[in-house]
Amino acid sequence: MKYIDEFRDKALARRLAETIAAEAHPGRDYRLMEFCGGHTHAIFRYGVQHLMPPNLRFIHGPGCPVCVLPMARIDHAIALATQHDVTLCTYGDLMRVPASERKSLLKAKAEGADIRMIYSTQDVLRIARENPDRQVVFFAIGFETTTPPTAVALKSARAEGLTNFSVFCNHVLTPSALQTILSTAGPDGVQLDGILGPSHVSTLIGSRPYRFVAEQFGVPVVIAGFEPLDVMQSALMLVRQLNEGRCEVENQYTRAVSEEGNRKAQALIDEVFRIRPEFEWRGLGFLPNSALALADAYADLDAEQRFPVEIAPAKEIKGCECPAILRGVKTPTDCKLFGKPCTPDNPMGSCMVSSEGACAAYWSYGRFRASSAQPQAASRL
Amino acid sequence: MTSDRRFPVRLDLEKGAVDMSHGSGGRAMAQLIGELFQRYLDHELLILGNDQALFTPPPGRMVMSTDGHVISPLFFPGGDIGSLAVHGTINDVAMSGARPLYLAAGFILEEGFPLGDLARIVASMARAANAAGVPVVTGDTKVVERGKGDGVFITTTGIGVVPEGILISGDRAEPGDVILVSGSMGDHGVAILSKRENLGFETEIRSDSAALHELVATMIAAVPDIHCLRDPTRGGLATTLNELAHQSGVGMQIREDAIPVRAEVAAACELLGLDPLYVANEGKLVAVCPRDQAERLVETMHGHALGAESAIIGEVVEDPHRFVQMETGFGGSRIVDWLAGEQLPRIC
Repeated sequence: MKYIDEFRDKALARRLAETIAAEAHPGRDYRLMEFCGGHTHAIFRYGVQHLMPPNLRFIHGPGCPVCVLPMARIDHAIALATQHDVTLCTYGDLMRVPASERKSLLKAKAEGADIRMIYSTQDVLRIARENPDRQVVFFAIGFETTTPPTAVALKSARAEGLTNFSVFCNHVLTPSALQTILSTAGPDGVQLDGILGPSHVSTLIGSRPYRFVAEQFGVPVVIAGFEPLDVMQSALMLVRQLNEGRCEVENQYTRAVSEEGNRKAQALIDEVFRIRPEFEWRGLGFLPNSALALADAYADLDAEQRFPVEIAPAKEIKGCECPAILRGVKTPTDCKLFGKPCTPDNPMGSCMVSSEGACAAYWSYGRFRASSAQPQAASRL
Repeated sequence: MTSDRRFPVRLDLEKGAVDMSHGSGGRAMAQLIGELFQRYLDHELLILGNDQALFTPPPGRMVMSTDGHVISPLFFPGGDIGSLAVHGTINDVAMSGARPLYLAAGFILEEGFPLGDLARIVASMARAANAAGVPVVTGDTKVVERGKGDGVFITTTGIGVVPEGILISGDRAEPGDVILVSGSMGDHGVAILSKRENLGFETEIRSDSAALHELVATMIAAVPDIHCLRDPTRGGLATTLNELAHQSGVGMQIREDAIPVRAEVAAACELLGLDPLYVANEGKLVAVCPRDQAERLVETMHGHALGAESAIIGEVVEDPHRFVQMETGFGGSRIVDWLAGEQLPRIC
């Protein structure tokens, strides 16, 4: 696959691994948080951790939109489908996220709710057009990256006069989450030496919004692409910043990210959305200015306003360590539920659902290492 | 076909549709069978019109397998539900090393389903069965109300005879054995995805749907001591290897670089966030054989059209965890787990 295989080259990986091993000082730790679930997935799928020296450790961050969605929002979505008999459209990963009372969208669908899995916001518009007698609600989630398609769908619906389309908005913003993690870091929280910053998010908002990480918190950032060589090169850039005592926002993902970001998309988002005063994140609590709602001009397409629901307070599953795992304080194997009974087939916490979730990645790609074998690849280098 | 006095008005294969009377057991059903099913499926045992097929089995051990087909869409690049229902069951029979003999087919039709589409499907089924030399010798038709089915579901059952001296079973993989695949992985699943109405991308990928019994016959003729054969359908190669590892109580070590995947399939999977190792195949097999027979087996497979891209992808190892592990193309190592949840519903 052209333009993909180049970023997964074995020989280059070996050379990068050798350079990192040579430059990392054996006397210190390099605790690098990869913010995004996409990074977590790449690290596990390609076995990147095992190409690193033992004192360089990846700490998995909260950057998986499915994982950070609080249970109350899934309960809310189920209520939309069951209390108002709407057609609820959502991305596949959300279907299996546990809700209160061991429910999920998948189970609600099996019980008769009209819940459909879609691949794109265009599918939702098509369903709305083809079913004029049904109210069609798009369960929108994701970080900054996924907001422009939702914005475009809202604008299209408005332009077409689609009155049976609305959006249940759960878009969240990364800088606020990062701020929270860093302000609780330290002896009682997560201990971090550097951050692999979100890159697809940065194609939109640019690298500038992450300056506060370096300036306020003294933690270096490298905006890192999602291919395994991107992750390794970014790790090397962080090692060098730390070794040289620098603390900057560097951009490894220059083929897509600029300092300014995508101005046109930013304007679109400003037009269609407004910033919520606060929003609940699973594991991080209610964070100020951390999510989007529809702007007043689009309030009539806001499913939360169009279909009021009654839901009981969410009931978290006892023993589930997703909150601490999302903050980077614990690893999946610290959780008593991990692997028994919580597995991707029977997820009890959100981090076990999405392939970008730390627990699912641990289980699917690395579970044998946790119990037995030593990394094989590292020994070959 | 000669005209039948019972049915003065012929079935309208252009505009007609299935209605409830076609499953009634009465005259309308007899007409559907006579004018549509038997027009294409014309084996003498079926034409005879009994509720069962009577035949004398050849000597030897017999195998029997059944498979329900609920694929959506019904027609896809490289096949349709009719050809798939023939290939799927022939392959399940053949994975024992058996020579498939006969098929039975059960149809569940939804009220309102166009007769023209049904005729296309039955014709395709007949072509696939003829080409494979495995006739449909008995069948059944039921009709359900509109909204209670999805066009047509087909269940096929096959029987076959296993040659003397052949013992192929999922529990026979031994440490040291070699693992082979007969060609590129993921073609069927991606072909289906490309035609799903809610996925608007066009690709040149065709389903690999094919009957593998002749390939199997050449394989066991060359290497009678093949330990395991399985067709990696739902759940793909990853799931099949996990099944074999579990059944045999062994581990498996495979190399990502050695697994054939078409560039178009890899690209489509990349786009959709799928892993080709978990995507369904309908015309491929996985074989496990003793190490000293592996070269001979792969050469034999290369000599057959359906095995031209065969490759050795790894080996069976001792492992109490029964894990399938893979050396990634990137140089790392990871576990290849069972498929969790449902990657692509209704793929076959």
